[in-house]
Amino acid sequence: MNIIEWIKQPWPWYVAGPIIGLMVPALLIFGNKTFGISSSLRHVCAACVPAKIPFFQYDWKKEIWNLFFVFGIFLGGILTALYFQDDASVVVNENLVNELSGYGITEINGLIPEQLFGWSQVGTLRGIILMVFGGFLVGFGTRYAGGCTSGHAIMGLSNLQLPSLIATISFMAGGFIMANLILPYILAL
Amino acid sequence: MQQQTTNTDFEVRSLDAMCVNDEEVKTPGWHNIKYLIMGAVFGIVLIKSEVISWYRIQEMFRLQSFHMFGVIGSAVAVGALSVFLIKKLKIKSINGEAIILPEKSFNKGQIYGGLLFGFGWAMTGACPGPLFAQLGYGATTIVVTIAMAIIGTWVYGKFREQLPH
Repeated sequence: MNIIEWIKQPWPWYVAGPIIGLMVPALLIFGNKTFGISSSLRHVCAACVPAKIPFFQYDWKKEIWNLFFVFGIFLGGILTALYFQDDASVVVNENLVNELSGYGITEINGLIPEQLFGWSQVGTLRGIILMVFGGFLVGFGTRYAGGCTSGHAIMGLSNLQLPSLIATISFMAGGFIMANLILPYILAL
Repeated sequence: MQQQTTNTDFEVRSLDAMCVNDEEVKTPGWHNIKYLIMGAVFGIVLIKSEVISWYRIQEMFRLQSFHMFGVIGSAVAVGALSVFLIKKLKIKSINGEAIILPEKSFNKGQIYGGLLFGFGWAMTGACPGPLFAQLGYGATTIVVTIAMAIIGTWVYGKFREQLPH
């Protein structure tokens, strides 16, 4: 099996996790930067629509590395789509497949269900709740919490920060509540 | 006066812009390419390990798969070991600067905001990093989600003072 073939198949957690973890020392050593993604959203606000809000009054140009990093993630997505895509179908837990089919989500392929996140869904109530309201909560919540999965769960926990542990537990609690108690009603719409 | 300005700026940024350790060494702008490359590697890993998959996130929150717990757990283990070694061996950055990691202080926002982000994570199936990877990977509707995440950030900034912290 050549290297490209190997890259194309889905990577197990014990390969992906450690590489993600290595982002922490890589950023520290190559640029003295702490790993974190959601701040990029704040820098976009500070750069584009600061509107005299104190929270956005800072020199965002000092943080431009973060925007480069985020743009790199986007490019990584394009590169994967072009060169490392594999044709195998995704493996999804049987219980989840059954649950989703109950909501009419039957086409399980790709990484994101087209029947929930396709352009045809943007105008539907379900689509608006998931993409518009969900996206809003991601931006609002991460900033309110002072970080996201990268800044708190990975960087913060790596540095043994108690506030990051509290934040991470809150992320997971919120996710469990939404996925198990609220999302079923949204998907049923 | 200059000092004063710098200090205020630091205060504002350290509120929660994650990166407060400043490089004193001035590097040319093209040096930012290294962040672009690291970001691209991160993006490829997120996709190939299916961290950007809506299904994997649903499985995680339904305890139907170990995958995401394995990814996050092993990432933290490697990250923690790295930070420990950097501190222990007093490793410097390539520009020869000391690496000092800021301590975070607790506020209730980490709970309230954390729960709200958790809701959004389970709905969109993505945290901020994966959103950009999903868009690059061809899920074009995610521009809507990203735009809303930016708006959400802005609204937080606007009403920050009124929110409990």
